[in-house]
Amino acid sequence: MNTIIFRTIAPFLAALAGLFSVFVLLRGHNEPGGGFIGGLIAASALAIYGIAWGVAPVRRAIVVHPITLAGFGVFLASVSGFLSFFAGSAFLRGLWISVPFFGTELDLSSVLLFDIGVYFTVVGTISTIGLTLEEPEVD
Amino acid sequence: METVFAVLVGIFFASGIYLMLSRRTVRILLGIVILSNGVNLLIFTAGRLTVAVPPVIPQHLPTPENIVANPLPQALILTAIVISFSLFAFLLVLSYRAFQDLGTDDVDEMRDAEPAERRLPPMEY
Amino acid sequence: MAGPSYSVDLAQAMVVDTYTPLEWLAVAPVALPMAAGALCLMFRSRGDLAARITVLTLGLLVLLNVGLVHTVVQQGTLIMAMGNWLPPFGIVFAIDILGAVLALTTSVVGLIGAIYASGDIDIGRRRFGFYTFYLLLITGVSGAFLTGDIFNLYVWFEVLLIASFGLIILGGERAQLDGAVKYGVLNLLATTLFLVAVGYLYGLVGTLNMADIALAVPQLPAAAPIGVVTALFIVAFSMKAAAFPLNFWLPASYHTPRIVVAAIFAGLLTKVGAYSLMRIVVMLLPETRDLLADVILWVAVLTMLVGAFGALAQGEVRRLLGFVVISGIGNIFVGVAVGSSEALAGSIFYAVHSIIVMFGLYLAAGAVERIAGTSSLHTASGLYRLEPALATLFLVLAFAVSGLPPFSGFWPKVMLVQATIGAGLGWVAAAILVTGFLTTIAMGRVWLLVFWRDAVNGAPLRSQATPDASRASWMVPIALVVVIVAGIGLMPDGLMQASLASAQSLLDPQAYVNSVLGEGGN
Repeated sequence: MNTIIFRTIAPFLAALAGLFSVFVLLRGHNEPGGGFIGGLIAASALAIYGIAWGVAPVRRAIVVHPITLAGFGVFLASVSGFLSFFAGSAFLRGLWISVPFFGTELDLSSVLLFDIGVYFTVVGTISTIGLTLEEPEVD
Repeated sequence: METVFAVLVGIFFASGIYLMLSRRTVRILLGIVILSNGVNLLIFTAGRLTVAVPPVIPQHLPTPENIVANPLPQALILTAIVISFSLFAFLLVLSYRAFQDLGTDDVDEMRDAEPAERRLPPMEY
Repeated sequence: MAGPSYSVDLAQAMVVDTYTPLEWLAVAPVALPMAAGALCLMFRSRGDLAARITVLTLGLLVLLNVGLVHTVVQQGTLIMAMGNWLPPFGIVFAIDILGAVLALTTSVVGLIGAIYASGDIDIGRRRFGFYTFYLLLITGVSGAFLTGDIFNLYVWFEVLLIASFGLIILGGERAQLDGAVKYGVLNLLATTLFLVAVGYLYGLVGTLNMADIALAVPQLPAAAPIGVVTALFIVAFSMKAAAFPLNFWLPASYHTPRIVVAAIFAGLLTKVGAYSLMRIVVMLLPETRDLLADVILWVAVLTMLVGAFGALAQGEVRRLLGFVVISGIGNIFVGVAVGSSEALAGSIFYAVHSIIVMFGLYLAAGAVERIAGTSSLHTASGLYRLEPALATLFLVLAFAVSGLPPFSGFWPKVMLVQATIGAGLGWVAAAILVTGFLTTIAMGRVWLLVFWRDAVNGAPLRSQATPDASRASWMVPIALVVVIVAGIGLMPDGLMQASLASAQSLLDPQAYVNSVLGEGGN
């Protein structure tokens, strides 16, 4: 798997897939998409990078251990449930807010925060599994 | 249609239980997978079967116009699939580790936690 | 589809309900430990931090749950509709007194366990996520006690199952792997059976909300196979609760993991099965419960006796305790079988007592193992001279689990015996008393052999090597448990009234239904 073509293209492909995963995540707002498949796409981007360049560069690229990302995702999702506490509404209630953003309206919501949590959880878990499988066995 | 599915569920259950009666862990696990797929099919059937009427609500209406397929069983099955898949993955790895460490996949020979020669408590004080 | 008739008021569904902070107490037992578990996962390489997060979260949770119990007692059933999706379509948490008391007990036991774990769980196991799994287990158990949706109950079962898988294999010793295979397969099978029953029930009544099911079941046509569904529920929950003849996975696996893990399992997991039996079979399917009452009664009596005799035949403390757990489950099942409000109240009281006492006994067994280096009745001996305080605490717990006054085990047994005699089932009362007698012998023998007996030849005595810091980490939790056990024993009134109120609301769920579906629920 270390042909020169693949090795050259893999970083670009991974970067593109990472960007696409964010697009899919945000698209989940009103259309098919969302955190789960966005996370899967991001995890496959990491996997491509890992296949081309080995596991160590991937681990360096994402700085923290992937399982930490997963924990962060679950934490973010739980926090998003608590936001409605301050609105006097029920747990996990979706709250929406529109902010002007360089001339356009930007819709933000606690649902999006939850979805970002899902995204990180999926990236974290799947890439933990993926990287462990890609690593050569030590024993 | 429901009858056909009911028979199919019955076949799934029968094969799942047959496999689970084996003493080999791999067969037991395969039995569990087949059983949990049977359960998914059962929930699907319990939600009543309809053909080609997706549960999509037109944009100008608050409720669907006609009778549509029941989306709830599908949501339930999706949850059940994800959970049973992850538990199956765990059990698969566990039984592989158990095979490596204990040297057997026969549950009758797994006696590490319950040694065959069991000592009764001291009878006198 | 035979379902209850309700008119959906769309305008009502769009209304943003206002929730007071008090009502938010309903989700705290689930949301807090989950968030804290995620934090522990992020900081798992720093074991001390994870330990502190766990203890702090569970401490806070105990306080919040005290508030929850207080609120529920004052205001009646508390409802929290997730995302404000209203019942019967959305998932609700519906907390009545039963759920609140059990959630409080869970958090208390969880907190004490976390304190014990700080001295018992080494760095390696912390790194592999002990605290995350531990908090996830508390999340799952609390969720199961609080939810008002039957499929959601299944999900919580799976959450606690996954967490328990993680905990039981932590360390990966041979015996652990062996025990985990049996534990894993049988518990997965039990939850699958539960799911089958949920599927059938959904097919019959077309709803998953518990209050809605309670309304729909009496309206089913006579030919509806509700008896099969009930039987499936009973089998699934009996397997979870380790009732005879589905109990063999428990003594095969509970002695293998770390002691704090075994303690939390013995305290909580089987009781989740018993609770679900009460909630679903007694509250939702009362008519078919009457039909199957004799079966449950035989299961209950056999479970008690098998547990007690099994305990007598064990030569090792931890395995002996596994059988004592089983005999306690038999006592809880008696109330479900008899079905009167007094009997059910006895069962609920017994469940709370059993959670705390079994948890404490396992911790004490762990302390014995630490000092003596073994938990075999043949070699562990002479500990009274070394640790008179531990010997006293152990004796109190042994008294409590055998049902001797003045400790917590006495009152539920009195309630159960009175209820069974009142129902004309003298032989069941006799079985309860015989079980108590046999348990007294088994536990008394443990105390005599391990503590009172002079050190036998070859008994390893490593007490001198035990540093003082670690002594506090097990002595304080056990002492806390004993204080609770004695407190309940001396002042049983509050818990007795709470369990009586819970039993009445299980038998007549109208108030519960009204608070979930609104006054116009039927």
